[in-house]
Amino acid sequence: MTAIRFLVNGAPVELEAPGMRRLLDVLREDLGLTGTKEGCGEGECGACSVILDGEVVVSCLVPACQVDGRIIRTVEGLAARTPDGRILDDLQAAFLATGGAQCGMCTPGMLLSARVYLDAGGGPDEDAIREAIAGNLCRCTGYTKIIEAIALAAETGRRPAGA
Amino acid sequence: MPVEPPVETPRDLPEAFRLLALAPRTPIAGGTDLMVRITGEIGSPPDQVLDLSRLDELRGIALAGGQLTVGALTTYAEIRRSGLVARSLPVLAEAAATVGAVQIQNRGTLGGNIANASPAGDTLPLLLALEAVIEVGGPRGERSIPADQFWIAYRTTALAPDELVLRVRIPLVEARQVRFRKVGTRRAQAISKVVLALAWEQADRKDRWGHVRLALGSVADRPIRARSTELYLEGSRATLETADGAAETVAAEIRPIDDVRSTADYRRQVTARILHRIIRDAGGW
Repeated sequence: MTAIRFLVNGAPVELEAPGMRRLLDVLREDLGLTGTKEGCGEGECGACSVILDGEVVVSCLVPACQVDGRIIRTVEGLAARTPDGRILDDLQAAFLATGGAQCGMCTPGMLLSARVYLDAGGGPDEDAIREAIAGNLCRCTGYTKIIEAIALAAETGRRPAGA
Repeated sequence: MPVEPPVETPRDLPEAFRLLALAPRTPIAGGTDLMVRITGEIGSPPDQVLDLSRLDELRGIALAGGQLTVGALTTYAEIRRSGLVARSLPVLAEAAATVGAVQIQNRGTLGGNIANASPAGDTLPLLLALEAVIEVGGPRGERSIPADQFWIAYRTTALAPDELVLRVRIPLVEARQVRFRKVGTRRAQAISKVVLALAWEQADRKDRWGHVRLALGSVADRPIRARSTELYLEGSRATLETADGAAETVAAEIRPIDDVRSTADYRRQVTARILHRIIRDAGGW
């Protein structure tokens, strides 16, 4: 067992865990953050994607010993907390608006890959969006509505405040 | 639940070497291969793991003495972003861009690709064609292994059990042309059916090819050089006749197998076709 400290969605976390425990299991089993899904468990499908120090990674392939001292963002950290409750991230609102989610299994990973893409200045260009989510498999939607959602969020994010 | 073997995280290379001198440990860098093994679905999980992630001396890309040096812990994403790579060896960034998708490129490392020794390892044919030298180290010191002596059998390297891949040195050669192609089921997240890297030296377009190096992945039990085809191309010009002959030679030279990802026949035909096309494009006809 190793003492591991990191930030999840802005909150400090400290736990004792085997160093080779998958970050996916730390999040879901140890911390109860079940928004992160397990799909294939071998780095192929992207369902367990989280943001680690600003980069999207698959949490099934990250051992706990490598997240000590680092910053993690999961789908639970996307919506902003306010005194009046939670305000959905632009991307979440866009997925709702376009029907970008069906069964929901790929959605958290799609949202986080898209978040990193938009934060890096990505725009509504379809080819660029397809490359950004190439590591996230969806078995329901055929991707069209997901791509529409990300393009919509890219447009929303670019609008000046108050517009 | 996956197996959770004990793991040590050394803070520097001397500490890593001390641990390796005590007992064999399976290294983990980006984890894109090893973390699949702990699920027990592919091969047996390791007994003890050595976490390399804090060995910062193994990170980074440098250009000196006509060589590009890439630290073993350098990720594919770092290679893609590197201005040095873009200026001095853009084909390396091109190859890194074909690995997995962004999640894998953010974690997977060049040293990991080398040490994992998959016959389908995407960057390995390129390292062979570029005549890269793999620098390794352990408790008994460092040594250099030419890429064509590194992958010695199926998933087996020239590394001793207590050695780590430290960095890769790639000689930069004026007038060298390099081409890289990967063929998979889809563009992202695909394990290759064929990987091809071709390098040659040529003063101008009319000139004969010299120092031809052709390397292939996914067509043998390890990444290989296609030496008969190299000999065929040596001293030739990029004509239709050359392309036809080289395609025929490489198809006869390789012995791919049928497996879950492709068939021997497909691999042979695609390898020949890619090579034909590269020669056609180089000849401008």
